[in-house]
Amino acid sequence: MRFMVLVKADKNSEAGVLPDEKILTEMGKFNEELAKAGVMLAAEGLHPSSKGARVRFSGGKRTVIDGPFTESKELVAGFWLWQVKSKDEAIEWLKRAPFDQTEVEIRQVFEASDFGEAFTPELREAEARMRAQGAERLKKTPKP
Amino acid sequence: MSDPATHRAIDAVFRIESARLIAGLARIVRDVGLAEELAQDALVAALEQWPRSGVPDHPGAWLMATAKHRAIDLLRRRRLCERKHEELGREIQARQEVAVQNLEAAIDEDVGDDFLRLMFTACHPVLSAEARVALTLRLLGGLTTEEIARAFLVPEATIVQRIVRAKRTLGEARVPFEVPRGAELAARLASVLEVIYLVFNEGYSATAGDDWARPELCENALRLGRILAELAPEEPEVHGLVALMEIQASRLRARVGPKGEPVLLLDQDRGRWDHLLVRRGLAALERAEALGGAFGPYALQAAIAACHARAAAPAETDWARIAALYDALAQLAPSPVVELNRAVAIAMAFGPAAGLEIVDNLTAEPTLAGYHRLPAVRADFLSKLGRFDEARQEFERAASLTRNSRERELLLEHGAACALGSAPPR
Repeated sequence: MRFMVLVKADKNSEAGVLPDEKILTEMGKFNEELAKAGVMLAAEGLHPSSKGARVRFSGGKRTVIDGPFTESKELVAGFWLWQVKSKDEAIEWLKRAPFDQTEVEIRQVFEASDFGEAFTPELREAEARMRAQGAERLKKTPKP
Repeated sequence: MSDPATHRAIDAVFRIESARLIAGLARIVRDVGLAEELAQDALVAALEQWPRSGVPDHPGAWLMATAKHRAIDLLRRRRLCERKHEELGREIQARQEVAVQNLEAAIDEDVGDDFLRLMFTACHPVLSAEARVALTLRLLGGLTTEEIARAFLVPEATIVQRIVRAKRTLGEARVPFEVPRGAELAARLASVLEVIYLVFNEGYSATAGDDWARPELCENALRLGRILAELAPEEPEVHGLVALMEIQASRLRARVGPKGEPVLLLDQDRGRWDHLLVRRGLAALERAEALGGAFGPYALQAAIAACHARAAAPAETDWARIAALYDALAQLAPSPVVELNRAVAIAMAFGPAAGLEIVDNLTAEPTLAGYHRLPAVRADFLSKLGRFDEARQEFERAASLTRNSRERELLLEHGAACALGSAPPR
């Protein structure tokens, strides 16, 4: 199963201050360990929210709000995607990460097998039908 | 003792640590079977102590130190090899003097090499393919015998027996615990790659069904392949195999239809492919090619898979390139099945007549005598050429050979369409 590991922003990451060499080295070592264990699928760091934007949806209206955003604890600064056997394994790996003062979140990624028996053939058929209709609609949409 | 959270944590730690634990111990005791027993002993010790003391800060180092103490005890009890015992004693004593942090670092240093040694040993050609598979999943994949048995749909006792016998065979053959060098390396590496791909295929060919236990085999094979690619980054075929598995695994979701029936490659909803895995697969293929390995058997198969992965729609498939790649594969590793696939690619690229010419040469091939795909492919070409009567006969023959009931229905439908003098719908 897959887990997304969400690293939260802080004042430094939001200010665009890059981590010092010591942290970078430690993180590099940890990433190498993840890769050598066949756990790491992806790892990305994000620019500060000042380089981002939000689009607010309200009925038919779309409003663009440019960054930065203030509530830095809610902001994501980077993420990993890990392939592991269980949530406990993901937790065990995360405990080994070289963080000091922060809280890092682990979230499981949905996979078809998660639906198990609840994902009945009828549901699957409905989903396939929905996807097919979506594809049809896309085909009918005039190309720009 | 009954704290489930601690037990789950121990399971997780053991999953992470068991391969390197066994590998590190095997380097010292030079016996894979004994190393596995010692690792198990350390696990039992953890199960006894951690629920009371909590999981230690460096669980890997704790397990390794515990296992090494057990190793001394065991060797002493068995009065085995006096010198090895002294060496171990000195090592433990020296290790006890340094901080836990340093100990973990010392174990980490060799961990990659140890893992490779263990992999080459577990996949030694002296063992049968099924013994290699079971031993690899047990020692390197960290699977229990019960999990392996469930994945291969055999009784657990069979797997236990298989592993016991494999370990005995390795001992009797005095297989050295090392990474082979020079000319031997290529052949031994091929054996390792074969085992990983066998595991992958066992999971992949079984995913059309309700049994979700088997895609886990694909994950395990991918994990082993990805580890190997990190530990032996200079071997192009390792990247070739990883590329092949990543791209094939990217289609796992799309290969099963709403009713659990198999969906063939060209009929799959490409939006359901796992594009992260596609990207990883293409990157691995690039690495294989950059290392000069474009024409290794796995890299070639990966390149063929990549042609499909790059096409946004079936109509965009570069069939001429696929035909050329099959051509190269047929020269490198000639086999009737490769030839059959080449015929399909040729037909898609240059028309059914060109494909039929190749397939007609295969009808006398004894290894394909009971293989339903040969008449099925031939029937497809014939019907496209308007030779409906011959096509019908071939569809019916294919239907009588397949063991898959869904496929049989489909082939009979095609045959019926030909009987009415029209090409079956594609």
